[in-house]
Amino acid sequence: MTDPKLALDPHLVARARDLASRAGAPIVDLARRHTTVSVERATLRLGGLDGADEDGTPWVNRLTEAVAADLYADGGLAHGVSLPVWDALVRGEAGPSGDLAALARRAAAGRARFRLPEGPDAERAAEAARAAVGGGLDAIAVRRREREQLLAETGDAPRQPWIYLIVATGDIHEDIPQAQQAARAGADVIAVIRSTGQSLLDFVPEGATREGYAGTYATRENFRLMRAALDETSRELRRYVRLTNYASGLCMPEIAVLAGLERLDMMLNDSMYGILFRDINPVRTFVDQRFSRQVHARAGIIINTGEDNYLTTADAVEAAHTVTTSQLLNEYFAHEAGLEDWQLGLGHAFEIDPALPESFRLELSHALLARALFPDAPLKWMPPTRHMTGDVFRGHLLDGFFNLAGALTGQGILLVGMMTEAVVTPWLSDRDLALQNVRYVLEAAGNLHEDFHPAPDGFIARRAHHVLGETVDLLERVVDEGLLAAIADGTFGLMKRPADQGRGLDGVAEKAPDYLNPATEVLDGPTAARPVLQEVSR
Amino acid sequence: MSSPEPASEPSNEPSNERGAPVRPYGDSTGDGMVQTSFTLPLPLSKVAEGAAVQLANKMGMDPALVVHSRALGPGHTFFVVYGRVQHLVDPRTVQVVERDYPLLTPKEANAAVKAALRRRLVVVGACIGTDAHTVGIDAILNVKGFAGEKGLEYYRELRTVNLGAQVSVPELVARATEEQADAVLVSQVVTQRDAHLLNTREMSAAFREAYPPERRPLLVVGGPRFDETMAAELGVDRVFGRGTTPGEVASFLVHRLAPDPPRPSGVPAQDAPQAVAS
Repeated sequence: MTDPKLALDPHLVARARDLASRAGAPIVDLARRHTTVSVERATLRLGGLDGADEDGTPWVNRLTEAVAADLYADGGLAHGVSLPVWDALVRGEAGPSGDLAALARRAAAGRARFRLPEGPDAERAAEAARAAVGGGLDAIAVRRREREQLLAETGDAPRQPWIYLIVATGDIHEDIPQAQQAARAGADVIAVIRSTGQSLLDFVPEGATREGYAGTYATRENFRLMRAALDETSRELRRYVRLTNYASGLCMPEIAVLAGLERLDMMLNDSMYGILFRDINPVRTFVDQRFSRQVHARAGIIINTGEDNYLTTADAVEAAHTVTTSQLLNEYFAHEAGLEDWQLGLGHAFEIDPALPESFRLELSHALLARALFPDAPLKWMPPTRHMTGDVFRGHLLDGFFNLAGALTGQGILLVGMMTEAVVTPWLSDRDLALQNVRYVLEAAGNLHEDFHPAPDGFIARRAHHVLGETVDLLERVVDEGLLAAIADGTFGLMKRPADQGRGLDGVAEKAPDYLNPATEVLDGPTAARPVLQEVSR
Repeated sequence: MSSPEPASEPSNEPSNERGAPVRPYGDSTGDGMVQTSFTLPLPLSKVAEGAAVQLANKMGMDPALVVHSRALGPGHTFFVVYGRVQHLVDPRTVQVVERDYPLLTPKEANAAVKAALRRRLVVVGACIGTDAHTVGIDAILNVKGFAGEKGLEYYRELRTVNLGAQVSVPELVARATEEQADAVLVSQVVTQRDAHLLNTREMSAAFREAYPPERRPLLVVGGPRFDETMAAELGVDRVFGRGTTPGEVASFLVHRLAPDPPRPSGVPAQDAPQAVAS
């Protein structure tokens, strides 16, 4: 690969990628050997189970718990839920209707029993499970084709970077008109921020929700309502408006399935965010993340990774190479899960202290490095947060420089910075001012990248080479000590997260030799990501 | 509209921290000029602009000049307004929490802890409730620190335990007991529906229940939207607001938990050896 702007040493770039895959391979192996409660619940969702009991506990949770309890002596979830669940259906444990919902209700009432089927019984159960779960995977493929058709019909965003705006009222019925107005005002992508704390719920809430803290709960119904509203707006604007949500936290696999079923277009999905910033157990995270990314690959969803977060706790200059390191790891894990380059919204951020001399040149250097290393990925460019002080006037200027850096370095997805960052959730006028800022910069200087060629041995190029060198050094250390150990000792974001601690560890099970999961059979298969979808891939 | 107060020679001299009443300053003393912006749920029109002037008048700006108006979609208009206010503010009646302890350097703080406790002072920190914003607690605790000051981890005589985000109150009490905490620091950023106040009250009540009064750790909360005068009401020992630095927190902890650091010949601790951002 040759990049004209920075002329990075191709051997060093190849070495960095090779090290990332060596650091990541043992983690993939670990992920293949384990399952989690959320992977199993996601499989039941693919099999068609939806809804919740009168206390709001989803039926997938009730059913998974019942199976784990009945099979306690056989290792709980070590065999997966699919064999025992579809065996129970074949045996008529669900009663006359014979469907999953009825089985879950009966199991919750203690009126269904689960066992580990063997021989022909196991084959029959596996067959039934494959048919049901395959139906869910097919439905995701249908939604992907539908997106392609809508894109062809209404047209895509007029330019890059795509303008990415956040709504976060807590009430889906308030979010919808705000999202539609944001789209009319120029947003190409709408992200509905989740309620604070949803990452740590070990279930996915149900239904349309009107209360949340600093965000709106991610539920299947909220996904459906917002996507339908934006479809309407897309037709009105003759431009497909993308919808984003978050596949992070304890329910990553289930959220990924629901996003695929409701045709969300982008999902936040970082390989290490939950570990570092939510103290979720590393093994749980890596197992859940791999499954969720496999589902995203199939759904044609663009993932956004969360490297920007490292710079909110660590210094953006000192830790620049940890961002690059994480991007390389995220790329490796994403490719392994079947995602293609166009689906990799690798994250980075404009977080250097503006009081530092040459801060803007440093930002340009880091942003160009990411562009040069990942030429075919739509990089996700995140605005300043850490040095937004409450001085909204100065903040507005800083956002203007952020926009300029994004235009100069060809970023793919630009999250619009708000001058009221760190003050209030954005007001209508804040959003309008922020969009004017973006529009001014893109119209005035959107093509300036054509003329922007940093001097080959100048400050910007030298800094980029330096950060790449530090990245290779760090990756060598990570390969030597192992990624889990590196995470445990605080290498990323200054957070120390040992592999035997953190939330959700009790939901991890090592797979038994006869573990069965019809979803992973397909997703791990040789043609996992693009089986029947050749005609719609780009 | 409030009736204009008598012009009692407002003064704007820099030394006048607690002096005579003052008015806002635009470009000359006593001109009373202010600027504000807001959105009205009205379509852009002459009527909307008139309504904006009316609002500014009611806010005490008279005369008020709408310098900018812009439609935000079909039903809303954004305004920027400049105008003059008649109000005087009296610095002598303003109530604030002044720092009532000396600022120590890390070296001085370490020496004081060593002398007074003869062991390390244990600080347990967390973001409680659903709040996931660790920015504040990390800025105070992590070595990295804030505003050029190193965090408490850097202090040799402090042992810090950072529990991170979304810690439940019972979990916090349990860890504080286990670690034999001398002080508990809680950071709260999310303020939706007064979550920061509710969480803080729940936390202080839990510590009161779990400990006899003389053994309870010092409770400190901080966050950008806290009112520093609310400590008693919230049941905590101190509230720190926006811009608090690790040095201020460390100095407070030492002041309360390791009092009377021995000083050569009764010299008072240096007050503010370096400039402190706040």
